Amino acid sequence: MKSLIPLLVSIILFSSFSYGELTIRISKGVDNPTVIGVVPFNYTGSNALSEDVSTIIANDLRRSGQFSPIDSSNMLSFPSLPENVVYRDWRLLGSEYLVIGEISPNGPNGLGYQLVFSLFDVVSQKTIIFNEPIVVGADGLRDMAHYVSDVVYEAITGIRGAFSTDIIYVEQRSNSQYQLIRADMDGARPQILVKSSQPILSPSWSPDGRKVAYVSFETGRPAIFIQDLQTAQREQVTNYTGLNGAPAWSPDGKKLALVLSKDGNPEIYILDLATRALTRITKHFSIDTEPTWTADGAGIIFTSNRGGKPQIYLASATEGYPQRLTFEGDYNARAQLTPDGKNIVMVHRREGVFHIATQNLETGTVKVLTTETSLDESPTIAPNGATLIYATKAGGKGILASVSLDAGTRFAFPSTSGDVREPAWSPFFK
Amino acid sequence: MLGNATLLKTIKTSFIVLAAAAFLTACSSTGTQEDAGSTTNVANNDPAPVVTTGSNGSDVNSGSVAPKASVFYFDFDSSALRADSRSLLDAHAAALKAKPRAVRLEGHADERGTREYNIALGERRAQSVRAYLLSRGVTSPIEVISYGEEKPAANASNDYAWQQNRRVEIK
Repeated sequence: MKSLIPLLVSIILFSSFSYGELTIRISKGVDNPTVIGVVPFNYTGSNALSEDVSTIIANDLRRSGQFSPIDSSNMLSFPSLPENVVYRDWRLLGSEYLVIGEISPNGPNGLGYQLVFSLFDVVSQKTIIFNEPIVVGADGLRDMAHYVSDVVYEAITGIRGAFSTDIIYVEQRSNSQYQLIRADMDGARPQILVKSSQPILSPSWSPDGRKVAYVSFETGRPAIFIQDLQTAQREQVTNYTGLNGAPAWSPDGKKLALVLSKDGNPEIYILDLATRALTRITKHFSIDTEPTWTADGAGIIFTSNRGGKPQIYLASATEGYPQRLTFEGDYNARAQLTPDGKNIVMVHRREGVFHIATQNLETGTVKVLTTETSLDESPTIAPNGATLIYATKAGGKGILASVSLDAGTRFAFPSTSGDVREPAWSPFFK
Repeated sequence: MLGNATLLKTIKTSFIVLAAAAFLTACSSTGTQEDAGSTTNVANNDPAPVVTTGSNGSDVNSGSVAPKASVFYFDFDSSALRADSRSLLDAHAAALKAKPRAVRLEGHADERGTREYNIALGERRAQSVRAYLLSRGVTSPIEVISYGEEKPAANASNDYAWQQNRRVEIK
């Protein structure tokens, strides 16, 4: 059995970086990633598993940039139970941590699975997690893998893992085929949420992760829709003359900030979803757009060219005189606050090239994160604040790419089908 | 426009369009410095970015006949009408006053910058055209819609394509 595993793993490894539409290519990692062994999990059942759980975990950890998983072909032993772990085998490979596990069929008809996994600190020879069980249904192996990645990542880094989250993005397959797609955050399991012959853009997750708001031109004009992600029921929430765009949920999920030009000019409004009352936030002859909420729901950060060029401003959600936040560069737009509220992430033009940058709100320091790409836009931050995904172009095609907020790790998701863009990272689901 | 879309699917007519685009670019002096011959990416499904058949100075100024060139170009991050758009807009205004019809102005932007900002920018460009037509006494209903960067006329990422995409189309 042991001799068969490496063969099986190498076959799956070969294809594991291509999940349907999006593939992942890592271009840069941190200088000293933590070496970890994720041993191919033993499976006690007789059928073949549809997913290689331990490889998904290794890929999750590798993609974070903070880990360097050991290639299974270099492993000296393949323990699946704690009593079989020989620390020396892992010290020899320079492994600082070790993950092992065993999967068994589970449930009344044996259609589900149970994993029991353990995590070891090889250097100090300590067990960090001992035989933790996870039970999933027949189609839950990828969820199982991402859950283990979350647990391992948090146990070692102290930061909550975001591997069990999802992304929604737009794919354009032709000039008359646009799709809104939901996938795992690694691009796997893509599902079409909406198909249209007209453009779709600006997807925004509700804070509870149950709904998405977006802009669709399907009526021949831009309109904002809200779609329930469980039932697929959808509702058109705006139908004003002119622009209907840039929806952004309030932190409590009860309101939507959005942009309307019904009064002649793009302005930011707040729509109360229960009462449908509209409150106007900005009043200026310039462009005001791309609202996003402060964490307390009291402020709206937005893009405005009221100073002549697009810059980021902060307005109170109730009233007030907007305060300008960005001063470096002549194009700063589509800001989003990091989860700790200390930085904004935005599209920033430097020497004529559009990059994703952060600005520290206290010091004002601007740091460009995406120096390898241009035409960058639509940054969306992971709910744990460690990384972001953005849209850019490569080889004439729209692609998604990722960069960590310390700029240490970058990878791209080249699409195998159409142009992809407008990523929106989900909140944590639990 | 459907006819155009169909025709454009053949390589042969693409050349005609390219040539016409080059001709129009040359004689409308929209500020494009790039060699029109480098535009290998003129979109082949959407309506052509440049209406192709022979508008010239005398047609444009003849008053009651709608001018055939109906695309107006803009500078980056600007919704100001260019001086060279005005005479053509005057011709459109005259035609609309002589023979009123419902008009749709479609505003567009190039791919640089953010998508929602570009939709706002495209709307302001279309509003500039609308305001100019109104100032010339046009009373026809004028609908404004902006697609921002969502419906480029040219798909490449270069100065020439960007210039083709920063536009308002009269429909």
